[in-house]
Amino acid sequence: MGYKCLAKDKFSELVEKFTKEQDVFAPIAQGLEVKWSLIDDPSKILFDFKNTSMSPKGLFFPQTECLFEFNNNKDAEDAFILKETSPLVKKRTLLNIRPCDARAFSILDKVFMKDEDSLDVYWKDKRDKTILIGLACTNPCSTCFCTQVNSSPFGEDGLDVLMIDLGDKVVLKDVTDKGEEILKGLEDASDEDIKKVEELKKEAESKINANLSMDNILSREVLEVYEDPFWDRLYETCLNCGACTFYCPTCHCFDIQDETKGDYGRRVRNWDTCMSWLFTQHASGHNPRGTKKHRVRQRFMHKFKYMPIKLDGDIGCVGCGRCIQVCPVNIDVRDVIKNMNK
Amino acid sequence: MKNPYKPYPVRIKRIEIATEDKSLRTFEFEFINKEDANKFNYMPGQFAELSIPGYGESPIGIASSPTEGENLLFTVFRIGKVTTKLHSMREGEVMGVRGPLGHPYPLGELEGKNIVIIAGGYAVTTLRSTMVWLLHPDNRSRYGKITFIYGARTPGLLLYHDQWRQWQKRDDVDCYITIDREVEGWDGLVGFVPTITEKVSPDPENSVAIICGPPVMIKFTQPVLDKLGWKGEQIIMSLENRMKCGIGICGRCNVGPYYVCKDGPVFTKAELDRLPKEY
Repeated sequence: MGYKCLAKDKFSELVEKFTKEQDVFAPIAQGLEVKWSLIDDPSKILFDFKNTSMSPKGLFFPQTECLFEFNNNKDAEDAFILKETSPLVKKRTLLNIRPCDARAFSILDKVFMKDEDSLDVYWKDKRDKTILIGLACTNPCSTCFCTQVNSSPFGEDGLDVLMIDLGDKVVLKDVTDKGEEILKGLEDASDEDIKKVEELKKEAESKINANLSMDNILSREVLEVYEDPFWDRLYETCLNCGACTFYCPTCHCFDIQDETKGDYGRRVRNWDTCMSWLFTQHASGHNPRGTKKHRVRQRFMHKFKYMPIKLDGDIGCVGCGRCIQVCPVNIDVRDVIKNMNK
Repeated sequence: MKNPYKPYPVRIKRIEIATEDKSLRTFEFEFINKEDANKFNYMPGQFAELSIPGYGESPIGIASSPTEGENLLFTVFRIGKVTTKLHSMREGEVMGVRGPLGHPYPLGELEGKNIVIIAGGYAVTTLRSTMVWLLHPDNRSRYGKITFIYGARTPGLLLYHDQWRQWQKRDDVDCYITIDREVEGWDGLVGFVPTITEKVSPDPENSVAIICGPPVMIKFTQPVLDKLGWKGEQIIMSLENRMKCGIGICGRCNVGPYYVCKDGPVFTKAELDRLPKEY
């Protein structure tokens, strides 16, 4: 364990070491947006950006993912026998992932790999074969509140290596054994560099001025939070558009659908959203979350009340603030937390 | 590594029209790979996803009991895309079964107790499984009195005639079969399930009730049990919600923090009283 140091102009060499054997993904500028992309040219990798528009969750949990394929010809010998799709061939590295987004994966590990009987093999395959190299946030957005949800702009949870950009060089800290292996051979960071890192960390954390408490949410009974009258006001503005759920790095609800074309058939899973009435509609027509109020409440209850009960206290939010940025009617999750915490 | 989304391939061995209106059919499945039958270890109250490639999956309670052998029974109401397709399928066709899923009724914990089963309509499926299991010679002696109350609108809508007619002949089961209104040729009980339950008035002492039925039946049976002194902890229910993954990940079937698929479908009334009514 320790801090290493690498000059920026040598950074491409480090990346090229990966790209020889692996698929490397990193945020790059595409028009006005910063997007996760497969890297062919290390010089495109961004260091100066807030965060990517979409979280990188799609790299582990694609928006559409084929689970099985089958022969749809009823006369074929293997008709309608589901065959698993093949696992990832190449290992992967995600470079410059923000600590909030990396932390989302360690929370989702608890959802997708809870126990032996419900171990999502598609998630596990990608997680096992991917290294996460994070980039600390030195300049958080006004919508960021990671420090209020057990994280930090310099958080290490979920990462293999944490990098800190010092301008002409980067400081690298190994978090896991995998990370230690990657940093082998790099020179140690100087005391001065480490001091600079500490200063930047303090400065970044101080820029996040949200002041949220969740103690009461955790201690209040489920029904007490559920029946709180403030939901009546909140749901009125919500359009149930679902943008928050698509941008959220921890939202993970999905649908499973079968598709056929001629003799080819496949079973896919697609991102789904609890904002849709179809999400819970029974075949009979009965809908246990039949109103907009039910659905808005479900999303926040799931993240801040249900997930902590199920996941040893982990809440389903990393404070990235994307939902605040994309909400067309300005619903602010920080206000919701305050109301739930009454 | 076991893929929890992968169904076991099965062949439809037998199809039986289960009700006079033909809206329900009972399917008997046999595993295509014999070793899969051993992996499919289940107990009454669990369910499985019936999987028809090209159409999708539908979660259905298992109607057979593990004491009946390796084949599985499901009685399915025709209502959505998958169940409509299933009703058009024939004996010998191949499909999939994924499971067993969810928790069974806690029959192990109920040893030594009297058991009252109250069923309405086609929610009786997993209770058929329970009855067959309880009445098996290996199990019957470990339980006290067994009471079975089951109602449907008409005689032709009652499922499993052969089974309950046998149970009626046994002296170690109190079996009450009822229909809503009088029908010519029916010499059994007439009256709604809550009314019959009131007449039977099961004693809550050292007893547990397992109740499955339409919401209206449950709504009117509840006050009857309350009056008799039954407590929420003694009443076991089984919920249904829309499901996809069946293993507590995809996010739609939750009631409060608990997934009906993974943490349920079996809950006590006491547990449900502390949760939102999202079912």
